[in-house]
Amino acid sequence: MTAPATHSAAPAARRLPLPGFVDGTLLTLVAAAVILWFAPSGMGRYGTYVLSLWLVMSVAVMGLNLTLGYAGLKSLAQAAFMGIGAYATALLTSKVGLNWYASFAVSGLITFAVGLVLGFPALRVKAHYLAFVTLAFSTLIWLVLRNEQWLTGGVFGLSNIPRPSFFGLKLDGALAFHRFVVVVTFLLAVVLWWMIRSPWGRAFTALRENPIRAASLGIDTRMYTLLAFAIGSAYAGFAGALYAPLVEFIDPSPFSLSQSFFLLLMVVAGGAGYLLGPFIGALLGVVLPEWLRFAGSLYLIIFAGIVMLLLIACPQGMSGLLERGWAKLTGKKEGAR
Amino acid sequence: MAEFLAYLIAGIATGAIYALAAIGFTLVWQTSQTINFAQGEFVMLPAVLVLLAIKLFGAPIWLGALIGIAAFILIFGVGFKLTVVDPMIRHGVLPLAIATMALSIIMKEGAKDGFSAEAQKFPSFVPTETISVFGAAISLQHVAIIAVAFGVIGLLQWFVGGTRLGRQMQATAQNPTVARILGIPVERMVLLTFVINAALAVVASVLISPIYLAKFSNGEVIGLFAFIAAIVGGFNQVRGALVGGLIVGIVDSMAAAYISTSYRLAVPLVLLVIVILVKPEGLMGRKEERRV
Repeated sequence: MTAPATHSAAPAARRLPLPGFVDGTLLTLVAAAVILWFAPSGMGRYGTYVLSLWLVMSVAVMGLNLTLGYAGLKSLAQAAFMGIGAYATALLTSKVGLNWYASFAVSGLITFAVGLVLGFPALRVKAHYLAFVTLAFSTLIWLVLRNEQWLTGGVFGLSNIPRPSFFGLKLDGALAFHRFVVVVTFLLAVVLWWMIRSPWGRAFTALRENPIRAASLGIDTRMYTLLAFAIGSAYAGFAGALYAPLVEFIDPSPFSLSQSFFLLLMVVAGGAGYLLGPFIGALLGVVLPEWLRFAGSLYLIIFAGIVMLLLIACPQGMSGLLERGWAKLTGKKEGAR
Repeated sequence: MAEFLAYLIAGIATGAIYALAAIGFTLVWQTSQTINFAQGEFVMLPAVLVLLAIKLFGAPIWLGALIGIAAFILIFGVGFKLTVVDPMIRHGVLPLAIATMALSIIMKEGAKDGFSAEAQKFPSFVPTETISVFGAAISLQHVAIIAVAFGVIGLLQWFVGGTRLGRQMQATAQNPTVARILGIPVERMVLLTFVINAALAVVASVLISPIYLAKFSNGEVIGLFAFIAAIVGGFNQVRGALVGGLIVGIVDSMAAAYISTSYRLAVPLVLLVIVILVKPEGLMGRKEERRV
């Protein structure tokens, strides 16, 4: 399973005078970033906020997509990692007075390191042990966030989280911060795009497709699965670092175990193993419920139901469905995969 | 000492509940590679369905219990196997595990929206009194939980080891291909383990709900501890899940009493990590072997 968009857009890219490394996925990312830069005009504060939230969640889902979609590991702690990033950033910027960029880096580093420490014992045994270890870790983080009031504010959470500035330019407004989120998300997506195409990324995919063959080709499977998990966790840390200044107030509830389940479902809904899948998944999981307000908490049931149906009918998620539709339209056979 | 005894009994009682959930979990894992992340919700839901049946039909308790339990076993024993596991297992273990996560969300939110967001009283079948043993106040409910749970587990052990049907089930778990060659109806045996899993969940639910009350979020902790019990004891057998469940229950009870109430959940988690580091196949487990 290679990234599908690469296939469908490859001929188009060849016709245009573009450098050889540019592919459909990158073009889509650039186009989407430009559109999203201007999109919020006339959407109001709340609409802009929802768009930013979508991108922030997409970053977390992207990370989980690397773990699940490319390396085939179940991590049930993505929301917990996001919580670590969010609390680290909130504490560093509001209490310590560090600037956002350093806090962002620290959040990523912490979650990367925790990912390594957590993944090492679990992956020593069997891939699915990671699910149980992360399940336990998720609960543990939630306990710490709730109980250590001196540090995390307990159930009352932390408020007055400052928004970053860009070379002296204040980003306090909803639109300015949205554009900042667009840029950061774009950069993180491009890094991931590059990583997947690099020999590293090919090794990740090899792991998922055929671990025994990968091992026999000299890929250190344990090291690569561990790295995939740690990098995926670091993306959750980055997402948390964006989330804290976006909502300006954090409490433990969005970082619970159910939220980690929910993020996992977003990966699957969007299409695990597709680079653009997380954006579709987060759209279904974050933005759609805002439009379907009348459904209320039933939305969660509907979403989970849709994911189950997708898993039965098309395990490649929405990206897979789109790809099938595209193949039908262009009359190409589906055998490309 | 008296206090210790009371905590010990309480720990064994909750441990027996975790053991019931963990045994069902290992059974379906062995026969069909299903990692059921909705196992906790499986224990939460029967009590809710029973109360719902009583409320909807105005039925007496015994009839409500009958309807609720029958509906649960039908939907989440047979139905779960036929509509979720069978179409999904073709795609592999991973999609199936994720589907059970989706199922857990549906069950939890469904119980919240369709029944109640508040904890509801669940009728107890034994008096809610305490008796005094060596100066310790022991809850009759805990004693009843231990008696019933161990009775059920003993029955299951006898069924698996002592009856023809049980041995066929064991053969299916160990090697489905050979079992099929020997003329064992493998498909039906797998289905049977799902029904047994649902039945064990019902027993656990009816036993625990008078104490914990029937609430949509009960499954989270029970599920987590059932997974921990299964791994601590060893994935391979009923005995492992039983031992694991009891250990987790007792550790949890002691941690709440002597370490910290706010971090009681953390202690079994530490236990899990230690077991994975030191003896990953579980305390009772042996490497690369599958038994019922």
